[in-house]
Amino acid sequence: MARVVVDVMPKPEILDPQGKAVTGALQRLGFAGLAVRQGKRFEIEVDGEVTDERLDEIRRAAETLLANTVIETFAVSVETQEQAAAQGQPA
Amino acid sequence: MSPKIGVVTFPGSLDDVDALRAVRLSGAEPVALWHGSDSLDGVDAIILPGGFSYGDYLRCGAISRFAPIMTSVVEAAGRGVPVLGICNGFQILCEAHLLPGALIGNDSRTFVCRDQRLRVETNDTTWTSAFTRGQEITIVLKNGEGHYVADEQTLDRLEAEDRVVFRYLDRNPNGSYRDIAGICNERGNVVGLMPHPEHNVDPLTGPSTDGLAFFTSAIQHLHALAG
Repeated sequence: MARVVVDVMPKPEILDPQGKAVTGALQRLGFAGLAVRQGKRFEIEVDGEVTDERLDEIRRAAETLLANTVIETFAVSVETQEQAAAQGQPA
Repeated sequence: MSPKIGVVTFPGSLDDVDALRAVRLSGAEPVALWHGSDSLDGVDAIILPGGFSYGDYLRCGAISRFAPIMTSVVEAAGRGVPVLGICNGFQILCEAHLLPGALIGNDSRTFVCRDQRLRVETNDTTWTSAFTRGQEITIVLKNGEGHYVADEQTLDRLEAEDRVVFRYLDRNPNGSYRDIAGICNERGNVVGLMPHPEHNVDPLTGPSTDGLAFFTSAIQHLHALAG
């Protein structure tokens, strides 16, 4: 089983109220000079091999549902076994 | 015969019953529609009500937009059937690309609930023809994600084509670009707005009955078609 990750972020010009709230909370906790923008991470378990066609399909899924490209950008990446192991999760 | 106006209930819709009641008080026949059906039951107009469909998971309206009934709603909108999206319904219309732009979290980072003064910027739509251009009205506003955003080009086009239907007066409650509270499609049959006209139809429960004219606008339009 392979894992594909879709990261979704609010576009830079779009206000990110959640990120602003987190930034404010970090400042109050004494973590100075940290500006946060908050996005979403989708971990997708893919049956079988991750082929170019499969990645295209996942890009279409991201564009159709996972991200609203009016306000968000997304990036699709294949997670290697090493990356998964580093997170302490089975690949 | 009174026209039939349908109200779609999604899982998590809150104001579907109020919308059905507003339709009845305005003189049309209310018809309850179900998200999981692809049938519009022969209605003459459609309302997507407020609420938190699918718990606002992923993005407000993002999952409802793919409900079976939405295929029929998009098709009907293309034929010129009047469609009104209120609050969560507006978010669904934007996610479905029936209206441009998107709604994000309020800049205040708080849920806003108040009697909101609005200016009707155009009465050249199916849902606002009973108003006068520039009329100032008060309609209930209650949302956490009512901050309307779109790129500059889209905003300029909306203004140039007279498609900004409502603007917030007094204080902008949520950071919406250019104080936009509601917009319409090119044809004017699809209107979306964050405030809730269905809550302003009875003096017992609202500070104004300014909401009635939304529904009577559509009813007059449908009578004229049937005429």
